[in-house]
Amino acid sequence: MISYAECSARERLARLLDAGSFHEWLAPTERVTSPHLAQLGVPCAFDDGVAIGRAQLNGCTVLVAAQEGAFMGGGVGEVHGAKLVGLLQRAMKERPDAVLLLADSGGVRLHEANAGLIAVSEVMRALLDVRASGVPVIVLIGSANGCFGGMGIVARCCDHVVMSDIGRLAMSGPEVIEASHGVDEFDARDRALVWRTTGGKHRWLSSDCDALVEDDVEAFRETAITLIGVRRPFTLDTLQAEHALLVKRSHLLDEAVPEGADDAITLWGRLGVAQAARVNDMDVQAVRALRTP
Amino acid sequence: MSLSLGIEALDFSYNGRHPVPAFTPVLVGVVGSGNLELLLESDTSSKCQIHVETSARGFESIWSAVLMDFHRRHGLAGVRLSIHDMGATPAVVSLRLEQAMAELISRSTT
Amino acid sequence: MNAPPSRHWDRLRQSRSHRLERAASLGLGQVVPAERISELLEAVIQPGDRVCLEGNNQKQADFLAKALADCDPARLHDLHMVLSVLALPSHVDLFERGLANRLDFSFSGPQGARLAKLVQEQRIEIGAIHTYLELFGRYFMDLTPNVALIAAQAADADGNLYLGPNTEDTPAIVEATAFKGGIVIAQVNERLDKLPRVDVPADWVDFTVLAPRPNHIEPLFTRDPAQITEIEVLMAMMAIKGIYAEYGVKRLNHGIGFDTAAIELLLPTYAADLGLKGKICTHWALNPHPTLIPAIEAGFVESVHCFGSEVGMDAYISARSDVFFTGADGSMRSNRAFCQTAGLYACDMFIGSTLQMDLAGNSSTATLGRITGFGGAPNMGSDPHGRRHASPAWLKAGREAYGPNAIRGRKLVVQMVETFREHMAPVFVEELDAWQLQKSMGSELPPIMIYGDDVSHIVTEEGIANLLLCRTLEEREQAIRGVAGYTAVGLARDHRMVENLRDRGAIRRPQDLGIDPRQATRNLLATRSMRDLVRASGGLYQPPKRFRNW
Repeated sequence: MISYAECSARERLARLLDAGSFHEWLAPTERVTSPHLAQLGVPCAFDDGVAIGRAQLNGCTVLVAAQEGAFMGGGVGEVHGAKLVGLLQRAMKERPDAVLLLADSGGVRLHEANAGLIAVSEVMRALLDVRASGVPVIVLIGSANGCFGGMGIVARCCDHVVMSDIGRLAMSGPEVIEASHGVDEFDARDRALVWRTTGGKHRWLSSDCDALVEDDVEAFRETAITLIGVRRPFTLDTLQAEHALLVKRSHLLDEAVPEGADDAITLWGRLGVAQAARVNDMDVQAVRALRTP
Repeated sequence: MSLSLGIEALDFSYNGRHPVPAFTPVLVGVVGSGNLELLLESDTSSKCQIHVETSARGFESIWSAVLMDFHRRHGLAGVRLSIHDMGATPAVVSLRLEQAMAELISRSTT
Repeated sequence: MNAPPSRHWDRLRQSRSHRLERAASLGLGQVVPAERISELLEAVIQPGDRVCLEGNNQKQADFLAKALADCDPARLHDLHMVLSVLALPSHVDLFERGLANRLDFSFSGPQGARLAKLVQEQRIEIGAIHTYLELFGRYFMDLTPNVALIAAQAADADGNLYLGPNTEDTPAIVEATAFKGGIVIAQVNERLDKLPRVDVPADWVDFTVLAPRPNHIEPLFTRDPAQITEIEVLMAMMAIKGIYAEYGVKRLNHGIGFDTAAIELLLPTYAADLGLKGKICTHWALNPHPTLIPAIEAGFVESVHCFGSEVGMDAYISARSDVFFTGADGSMRSNRAFCQTAGLYACDMFIGSTLQMDLAGNSSTATLGRITGFGGAPNMGSDPHGRRHASPAWLKAGREAYGPNAIRGRKLVVQMVETFREHMAPVFVEELDAWQLQKSMGSELPPIMIYGDDVSHIVTEEGIANLLLCRTLEEREQAIRGVAGYTAVGLARDHRMVENLRDRGAIRRPQDLGIDPRQATRNLLATRSMRDLVRASGGLYQPPKRFRNW
């Protein structure tokens, strides 16, 4: 077992894709770097924190992007975002079997302010265009950073979301929630709580992700392979069905959570999950079996 | 020389002793706190040229000592090293340099 | 001729009676209601008393500390505090509020800055900073407490106490206090009809109070493997191959740190591959480090005696009773005083880290603006001249230090440091901050943690310096410069002398040990995350919430 979380972006690419098949665009040697960071006293990265290119996955052609969480928390800046958009636009031309997004990001790179915000919104638009053109987009979430902020929204715009239980998916980060609503509402240092509310197991049980895997590169690879060529129709009907689901789900907590009970465990119980209180201690295989259709 | 108020840029050039046949560029490391990325590329010169951009300002003499020792060890000619550094200690810098060398050697023997 | 005025020989006993009478007259018996605790303290403590407040950097009698800090300074003042660790804000409040004015202690980590400020403002008089065992020794000499405020897990109706795995300093404190006419007051987490075992008999305890919240225990010895760096792995490899294997170190203590955690996690992998299982690291004076779990499971470890416990480890400890010191009730009994004694006399090696080191090998964690103290390191990191029993490691080190006809051995005292700390602060310096701190504190001695003449080896990312093989002060200085890397101290080395020392083996580089720095990757660690540690323990280890990431 090779920990997906421990790997760098490039190590993930090397191990996930068919050996030696990754051909990189805008490689580090081309030095397409951020025009903004130097004036803030922050060093650049040769690839601005994301590697993009074409590769083979089990013999199928995929276009792939891997974000490097160790650089600026994986934050999306102008160049980083443009590389993602470029990759997605290329996908509409080339029509690969899938686009693979190895997400590892805190969201918008705040250092680049509006340029980062615009970049992320352009990524969303391009991603939806790719889906509409008939190419499925699969996002893999399994880093220690998780997938937050604008990238969290991007992730949910994909056809398929694959998460490990180490991975986290959300919009607002735990510290932000604590700062806005107080520590009694959300204690960001209670990491078990953070994972109960944003981690892979929770997302699996609440149907916010489509596959839950072990923290293992091979597991991510195998799951991605099964999802190639599997499209999710993206129509007005599916959007409305999604909204109906969300409304129904939001009413699950209309009835107050009993004093002293945990919100997440209560929610899972109301979703029909058996043994909700034991989810934290169960392994991935056991939690997978708990999801009710 | 400074690119801006924040980043310090340093350049070093040494006369190489061992010419390196052309190779595909080598990248090691990541620009994270206490870390650095290092890009090793083939060059037509007879030198070993090193360009450093760092957010940890004021340590030129230490960079000089570390890189001089690296050059004494390997004496490469015809290479360009580019470094983006975010406050790595000499221990980490030396480690990345050796990792880059190992990658370079493994490529030239395959 | 008149007979000399007769002296009273039972003043302590009488004083004790008066204090207990005062409490009784207020209707306060052995079982004290929580809301009346300050009343009790004001009744039984007297101005000028020596008061011992437990605890250490793990267990804290936090309820009693706060209650004491809330007392009326008009009634209680000029108190002389004797305590292992000044950890809580309420400890410092005692001085700021004018209840106490004198302090003897060992360690003050979290309150180091506030303490420095009090010293500067001359609102506190520090008697001395001690190492733990030294302070315990003085409890039986000239620092005997009049009143001890301790923390226990449970009390029964009679006042017998169960201390649980975090037994720590309590036995030493209570013995000294109870047998010199002192008063012992215990905060407890629960009252039970029957205790799992009796750690302190009721005759030694005067008052018990049920605290509103369980006493605080700090998870100080938990290190997340995810934070261990490649350089720490490299130094761990060098330590294992260059020292542990070289001397056959079976009995040892690790100072806390990520670098020693790396060594612990390399035992089942790197050390096992070197064929060292059973040959090193069999007996430990050590807190129950979670990072030792893989080595225990792999069969490296025969016995561990602990200073205290560690949050989340109790179930694992109970399930490994062959390894840990556990009572008939199944739970661990730790004992800081005895573990420190084992560390001093019964260990062949101490290894730990530091913040600064000078050219004589003196090291210190003192930094300007903070008074942090020493903890147990000066004791563990010292060569005990009283030792008489031999071991291969001790004899070998003795021969290196004193020659082939040595009449004594030598304990290995190893300092392991990277040459630079965060923000490129050099560890190796010409003069320690400790000297400046001495001036600003007005103390008689600079706060040096481990003296250079006790140090046998220094391990950095550049190599290992063996000071035992150095014959002169100059050689010693160059040996230190020779592993001080690119710090100013290291760059100023005499290259010829350093090469000489290397030829003699007084300096060994990674290559000399057959170690390629590129092998030093995190993949060598037996576990690389907290979750892997939990799995390695078979689910018995339950890390505190702040360490979970799944």
